[in-house]
Amino acid sequence: MSRFADLFMGMLGAAPKKPEAVSPAVQRIMILKYEDKDRYIKEKLHARAHHEVSHKWRNRRWAVLVAVNLLFLLSFWLDIQLLEGALTASRFAGFHLIDLNSALQVMLAHKHIIVNLFIGTFTVFLLWVLLGGRTFCSWVCPYHLVSELTEKLHLKLVEKKIVTDHEFHRGTRTVFWVLFGLLAFGTGYTVFETLSPTGILSRALIYGPGLALGWVFLLLLFEVFWSRRAWCRYICPIGLTYGVVGSISPLQVSYHVEHCFHEGDCRKVCLVPHVLDVTVKGRATDETMGLGPDCTRCGLCIDVCPTDALRFEVKGLSRLL
Amino acid sequence: MDDSGNTPRKAAKPAMSIEKAQKARRRFLQSVGLTAGVVGLSLLGYVPVTQAGTPRLRPPGALDERDFLASCIKCGQCVQVCPVQAIHLADLSDGFGVGVPYIAAREQACDFSCDAVQCILACPTGALTYKKPAFMALRPGMPLAAAPILKAKEHDAEPTLNLKERIGVARLARPESCLAVQGKGFKGQARGAGFKGEMRYMDVDRWKPIPVRDHPYDLELCDLCVRECPLKGAIELQPVKGADGIARMTPVVLEPCVGCGVCEMICPAEPAAIVVEAQAAWKEA
Repeated sequence: MSRFADLFMGMLGAAPKKPEAVSPAVQRIMILKYEDKDRYIKEKLHARAHHEVSHKWRNRRWAVLVAVNLLFLLSFWLDIQLLEGALTASRFAGFHLIDLNSALQVMLAHKHIIVNLFIGTFTVFLLWVLLGGRTFCSWVCPYHLVSELTEKLHLKLVEKKIVTDHEFHRGTRTVFWVLFGLLAFGTGYTVFETLSPTGILSRALIYGPGLALGWVFLLLLFEVFWSRRAWCRYICPIGLTYGVVGSISPLQVSYHVEHCFHEGDCRKVCLVPHVLDVTVKGRATDETMGLGPDCTRCGLCIDVCPTDALRFEVKGLSRLL
Repeated sequence: MDDSGNTPRKAAKPAMSIEKAQKARRRFLQSVGLTAGVVGLSLLGYVPVTQAGTPRLRPPGALDERDFLASCIKCGQCVQVCPVQAIHLADLSDGFGVGVPYIAAREQACDFSCDAVQCILACPTGALTYKKPAFMALRPGMPLAAAPILKAKEHDAEPTLNLKERIGVARLARPESCLAVQGKGFKGQARGAGFKGEMRYMDVDRWKPIPVRDHPYDLELCDLCVRECPLKGAIELQPVKGADGIARMTPVVLEPCVGCGVCEMICPAEPAAIVVEAQAAWKEA
């Protein structure tokens, strides 16, 4: 199977595979890297010592996420009318924007597509093809932010051995995606929207809080005390929908094996660590490799990497420049 | 890593592998549990939908309830364009109806002060629509005999609203508490000093709705529901013989009523003598 297919299957839940063949260039890099063990260790420690812990991408991302959601809020509250609606569907300066997963649920439940719905959905599809698909998750989704914050609490509790993290099978999300699609089609109701913390939080922010926030709170409790980032990792069909879109996106995080000491700091901070399987020693097949469609382009791995082995990249652009 | 969820049956393998297989099996079962749990919870959304006692009054142009819940994308753009903030989004207690718009007419009715059913224009999915697609059935009594004429626009070149169906019908639910039926007048603020509802009064400002409490009345015979009905010919006072045998007047709802709820909002009786029956069809008396 091609790497594209492998990454796509990985997003659906398949375990990462060990590569069958490694390119000669990477073989050479690996030999050079480990030729002199003392030098390797020295270099590694040097890199660590000089790594200034940066939150550059995280801060930029949080700023964007807050700004987008604030724009929704202010458009209504101050009647600016720049970005009207909520995350499920909106108008930006009059242009229809419709969340891909919400559109999918409505289309399946209602079985009738009017022109505005199609235009809004297609616009957003193009937007996220350009911007990286799951970029929506980490740069826009309000649940991602609150979940990211409560994750710190979860990690602290795990560290103190007060709670243990329970992993589910990553394929569960694919099952949910199919089930919620079938439920919408079969029942004629947008069943998923009832639970979607993205929609609930977005509406609560703009139109005022309600009972539905209780459900979001329960979800967060589940993530703190039972399973790290469970909603985003194992359940949310929105993430998979945007992941599929992002599979053809030119914007990605790329991995440069030459600079990597295979320490795995990146995998520890990652929401979807399977996309960083390539950073395990011996897994990289090419000098530069994209992380695949399940990556939310959140940039935490870029911030944490002491050796600049992970970078944002626009496919094709680096070749052009 | 083994993601395939192998059962620990492969006894030939060394102990480590059995442990790994057990772990995978446990994870598989927990994943099944998670799936069942979340889908089960989501299906609880059925309960309020099927058990709903009184139907919600939906914004103008709403499709029939089932189609409406299916097609609404829960974005609230209709909420944002309404000049009197008549539209609210339902909470999780509405199950599958969470985030779906409704109007609580007694608190704030739709008085069409936007002049053009803006909420329909704002809807991106056709859940609110000027014209139903041909394949959707029309419930008898829902289509309006003629395009409703807005009193406020009566002398404009185009006095009608682009509305083909009603969202409900007003009904004198408690004639005994109706001031007109009792032969009484009304003086003061229609709903008291604490009422927050707004309405557009043509004699005050065509484009700016004001609080109802800022527009007190002094009427010899209460005719607020007829006087403030935004539509032409939807309701009128007709003579009736009172319980005591004396000739009185009573409000009578007519076919052009679209169910906007202004009569329910303005009615000074507590609880309102006249109410809108949401999603109800017009029936000839």
